Amino acid sequence: MFAELIEAIAKILFIFGVNMGFFAPILGWVERKQSAVMQDRIGANRADILGFTLIGLLHPLTDTIKILTKEDFIPAGANKLFHTLAPFISLTPALITFAVIPFGGQYEIFGHRVNLVIADLDVGILFIFAFASLATYGSVLAGWSSNNNWSFLGGLRAAAQMLSYEVAMGLSIIGIIMVYGSLKLTEIGAMQVDLFKWGIFLQPVGFILFLTCAIAENKRVPFDIPEAETEIVAGYFTEYSSMKFIMFWMAEFLEVVTISGIVTTLFLGAWHLPFVSGEKLLSLFGFAGPNLSIVLLMLTNIATFFAKVIFFIWLQMTIRWTLPRFRYDQIMKLGWKIILPLALINIFITGLVMLLK
Amino acid sequence: MFYIIGGVAVLSALIMVTNKKPVSAAMSLIVVMFCLAGIYVILDAHLIAALQIIVYAGAIMVLFLFVIMLLNIQEKEGRVAKHKIFFQFTWILATGYVFINMVKLIGAGDLPARMEGNIDGFGTTRVVAEILFTDFLLPFEIASILLLAAIVGAVILAKAKIE
Repeated sequence: MFAELIEAIAKILFIFGVNMGFFAPILGWVERKQSAVMQDRIGANRADILGFTLIGLLHPLTDTIKILTKEDFIPAGANKLFHTLAPFISLTPALITFAVIPFGGQYEIFGHRVNLVIADLDVGILFIFAFASLATYGSVLAGWSSNNNWSFLGGLRAAAQMLSYEVAMGLSIIGIIMVYGSLKLTEIGAMQVDLFKWGIFLQPVGFILFLTCAIAENKRVPFDIPEAETEIVAGYFTEYSSMKFIMFWMAEFLEVVTISGIVTTLFLGAWHLPFVSGEKLLSLFGFAGPNLSIVLLMLTNIATFFAKVIFFIWLQMTIRWTLPRFRYDQIMKLGWKIILPLALINIFITGLVMLLK
Repeated sequence: MFYIIGGVAVLSALIMVTNKKPVSAAMSLIVVMFCLAGIYVILDAHLIAALQIIVYAGAIMVLFLFVIMLLNIQEKEGRVAKHKIFFQFTWILATGYVFINMVKLIGAGDLPARMEGNIDGFGTTRVVAEILFTDFLLPFEIASILLLAAIVGAVILAKAKIE
């Protein structure tokens, strides 16, 4: 009981630390630096301590100081309660969904069984969808409560877009659930031992559809009409400042990480290395003794998982700085007339292949 | 745990009914949906809980909010005031009836405890799906057809207005 409690707390602290302490601040820097590289600029490199700029890595720090010392402003005529509540509703789902994503397999260390996932739920992926769908309220309420026409337009656009793509996202994932026969993310991850059993080989169409829908759900370019700074100032969070403003940004960056985590688990072999099986690694680490070799295997798996996550973060950043923004009607057409039928066809063909096998 | 979640649900439901601002009312309804999902989790029905949040809180209520915002519905005192006494009378009668029944129920014995000794793996996706596609196949299919008819009807109604 005691060991389990410590295990749970350690896992929660680890995920919380990696997300809030590493990914959230670093992604702000990555976004700036990558856009600079892609646009042939030098990029963020002005903040320095005693002349050391550390390739702009001090910018997240200066950002934090700036944000903490800014005035927290609520516009006149705004609904105070919902204006304050909205950023929290945005951030909470982004933090919570990572609880069901496994960042490693199951290991037996010193006679204690360690399962590297915070909550191994039977509904697994549905839990993620449930909480991801709640994130919509953050943007919608932020837009509505600000008492600003631009924000209001942004909120309306966010509601329409996120609702449309939620449907397509749910359907795009059904193929992979049929193939692996489970909703549990730990089981789906454990089944992708062999490279050719990875979801991306079994469900290539599902992979592309899901990634598209996930980016749309996260409201990033090319799907950023709720924000659209060239049309409606900054969309639903125009009237936010200080800590609340940064909470929207943190939610967006954490969702980038969560999407990468889900895609890695479902389609890219989760914590497994390609061509090298767990037993092989274990025999390779044999010099360290029975217990320590398992610890080494566990660390390798965690590193593999996060390496894949970082790859997908890079991919999403590249997409963000490559494509122009879609128009509203284009987004709706893409969601309802292209992605939704394709997802349905994908389910049908998957079922047909499984039946004939 | 049941009393906490149930209490919050009842309280939010009351706020939802009595609040005059449409958006606040809609938000309270979402809290009610969320509490219901919590009660399902207590009863070991995890799948139903997840679906409750996805379908009701995540999709239907977003649409409600969307429509409220789109039409910009304001606070309304409206027509109810005309037959005030009649409505108050009905309200008291209905609540009184529910209240008496609730007191009877609580007095009758324990509230539903955890489902023990039930089917193995009760509430899991696999078991729910199995029951749905064997014992309850006919009602399930009839409900599906009903929903399909409703969807087709909605499309026809919406199309007629555009033309």
